[in-house]
Amino acid sequence: MSADFQLAEGSLDALFAAMTAAGRRIVGPRASDGRVEIGEVRSAGELARDGRHSVASAKVAAFPRVEKILSYRAEGRELAVEDPALPARPTVLFGLTPCEARGFGALSAILNWGTPDRFFNARLEQTTVVAIACTRSDEACFCTAVGGGPDHPGGSDLLLHPLTGGGYEVEVLTEKGRALVALAADRFQPPEGTARTAPAQVEAGFQMAEVTAKLPRRFDEPIWTEQSLRCLGCGACAYVCPTCACFDIQDEADARGGVRLRCWDSCAFRIFTLHASGHNPREKQGERWRQRLYHKFSYMPERLGVLGCVGCGKCSRACPVDMDLKEHLTEIAKGS
Amino acid sequence: MDELRDKARELLQAGTVKVVIGHAAPSAGRRRPVFVRTPADAARLVHDEGCWHNLATYLTRPQVRRLGKPAIVASPQVLRAMLQLGAERQLAEDEAVALAVGNASSIRVLPTLSAVEEHLATVPDELGAAERAELERLSALPPAERRAFWEEQLGRCLKCYACRASCPMCYCERCTMDCNRPQWVPVASHALGNLEYHLVRAMHLAGRCVQCGTCGKACPVGIPVHLLTLFAEGTVRRHFGQRGGASARPEYALSTFRPDDKETFIR
Amino acid sequence: MEPTPTRAEPSNGTGTFQPKITAFVCNWCTYAGADLTGTSRIKYQSNVRVIRLPCTGRIDFMLLLKAFARGSDGIIVSGCHPNDCHYTSGNYHARRRWIVFRDLLEFTGIDLRRVTFAWVSAAEGAKWAELVDEVTNRVRELGPYREYQALLGAGIE
Repeated sequence: MSADFQLAEGSLDALFAAMTAAGRRIVGPRASDGRVEIGEVRSAGELARDGRHSVASAKVAAFPRVEKILSYRAEGRELAVEDPALPARPTVLFGLTPCEARGFGALSAILNWGTPDRFFNARLEQTTVVAIACTRSDEACFCTAVGGGPDHPGGSDLLLHPLTGGGYEVEVLTEKGRALVALAADRFQPPEGTARTAPAQVEAGFQMAEVTAKLPRRFDEPIWTEQSLRCLGCGACAYVCPTCACFDIQDEADARGGVRLRCWDSCAFRIFTLHASGHNPREKQGERWRQRLYHKFSYMPERLGVLGCVGCGKCSRACPVDMDLKEHLTEIAKGS
Repeated sequence: MDELRDKARELLQAGTVKVVIGHAAPSAGRRRPVFVRTPADAARLVHDEGCWHNLATYLTRPQVRRLGKPAIVASPQVLRAMLQLGAERQLAEDEAVALAVGNASSIRVLPTLSAVEEHLATVPDELGAAERAELERLSALPPAERRAFWEEQLGRCLKCYACRASCPMCYCERCTMDCNRPQWVPVASHALGNLEYHLVRAMHLAGRCVQCGTCGKACPVGIPVHLLTLFAEGTVRRHFGQRGGASARPEYALSTFRPDDKETFIR
Repeated sequence: MEPTPTRAEPSNGTGTFQPKITAFVCNWCTYAGADLTGTSRIKYQSNVRVIRLPCTGRIDFMLLLKAFARGSDGIIVSGCHPNDCHYTSGNYHARRRWIVFRDLLEFTGIDLRRVTFAWVSAAEGAKWAELVDEVTNRVRELGPYREYQALLGAGIE
């Protein structure tokens, strides 16, 4: 277990102050009205600690809900097209769960496949991820089944491990992490070897290898209809998911000019694959559900070498009709 | 609960219905819609206060329709939704068998919309105390505070459409939101897009809403969107005496009128 | 459309804010009435932009919100008096729609002082002028509808 520093609980405020003074925007899970939401956090006290699973994902820092990608103005007979200034606001995502941190890897794989997505890349470049290892999990979690874990370092620039007596051991994983430490260097002490709080027990529930092996054979089975009978076809799961990156392009314009926006889209919507001709290759909800699973657990590993899931459980928690992904995957793994 | 399961089992065994739409409890805190196809499976059915989904939304879904004639575990709000669907020609008179559950512990089997309407005449149609209190509280706020409340709430909307998808009355295969020529309501979940969407939805439900509150409970980020539809429905009820889910005969407030409709604001 | 965070407010040269008023009117009554105002040489403030529709029954409630989104500070909706609709009952349907929508707008905190509904017949040229003047003065007093303008561009990164 490597540790580079120790950070006292009481030092968090000073760290926040140092980050703010250095012009960083701090975003993290915070308690709001009985829910945990990702939002701007001004002090360590605002951070949600236990039960840190925010409803929606911190992916908004690099993949916002609505993003302007160009604007234009009619000037006489000419069109003046403007690229938006690429974001220059450095952000620290503080207090994320390790599963959320891993999500950026999958997003990056999708959004750099073929043509690099300069909007996403620019935002991610400006983002430092500070995750805190989980000491608690709930029944929706299954990070361990998908190559993650409650204290997995993937995707983090700094990983904080809670200590039994309070405070954290700090793992510095990247240059960005190192740069963040340097902002409040005097607060980061040498590690004292204090015991870490045991990481959360997360029962995998199923073998991912079984799912990946079985999926190619099961394309035409009735299981997809069965599993999706109650699915409402809303976008909740896709929108809260740390690895979902499907988007729609919307032009909002009039004769004088307009903007081109990128906004979130969900494969669960019926019109997601509706052709202009009226034909829909995924007319049935079962076909859309199947596509969602295949995309995340078959096509992405095959094409991009990364799973489209970090086992955070946000989709299951957000789903109005309890489409429990862990349960569905277990069922798929069990079948022949 | 036993009576519900027995009735469901009977109907399936007799072949009267091919599926019973109800709720199951996969774990203590969770309730989910379930589609029981075999008599043995009827043991999974539960019904309690945790079962908030308006199951009538499944009566218009192609995947569920393909399963065959359904029975549906029906709270009063499900029953009202069935009547409204009947009024709007989305549900035929004997297309679904309602297993009416309510305050009384016994289950009533209602095989037709007429039976549903007759039964509902004995069930008061009132807004819950909590919803009434919240509507009153918001209405009493100074306008600037009310605006701030809705701006903050609707600003969190993701445009996931869980509200629309969970609503039994939002069955349009081509929702106005999905129409892009013209794109009348913005797709993007920016402030304007969110406000316009929710106002359109509330207006499209005014006079049709059965006041189940499912939309608000379905919202993954906890926006009380049901307050908007409840408010618009309340306006219709107060002014025109018509309401959603009253009858299987169409009587939609916004496509009817009385020459002496009263208002105080037209100059 | 491109959000305009700081809209240059029209003025009449003396620096007084000039509100933009959009009027949705029916062709057969209010539009004709407004025409009569002109032919009668009755003067009234020119802040109003008139949008002619066949009937108030055709006025989609969203048009009002679109007008605010496009920079209107005030809105007038006007048509034939009840019982006089050229299409018999369009205005009755409109009236019902306005009753519901207006209450809903108020519930969401939209400033109802900026929305005025009226019946103006083809013979009421004077009424049209009075209506426009009264609304224009009232909205001028209220100032630009900044709260609504603030929604444009909000939530876009």
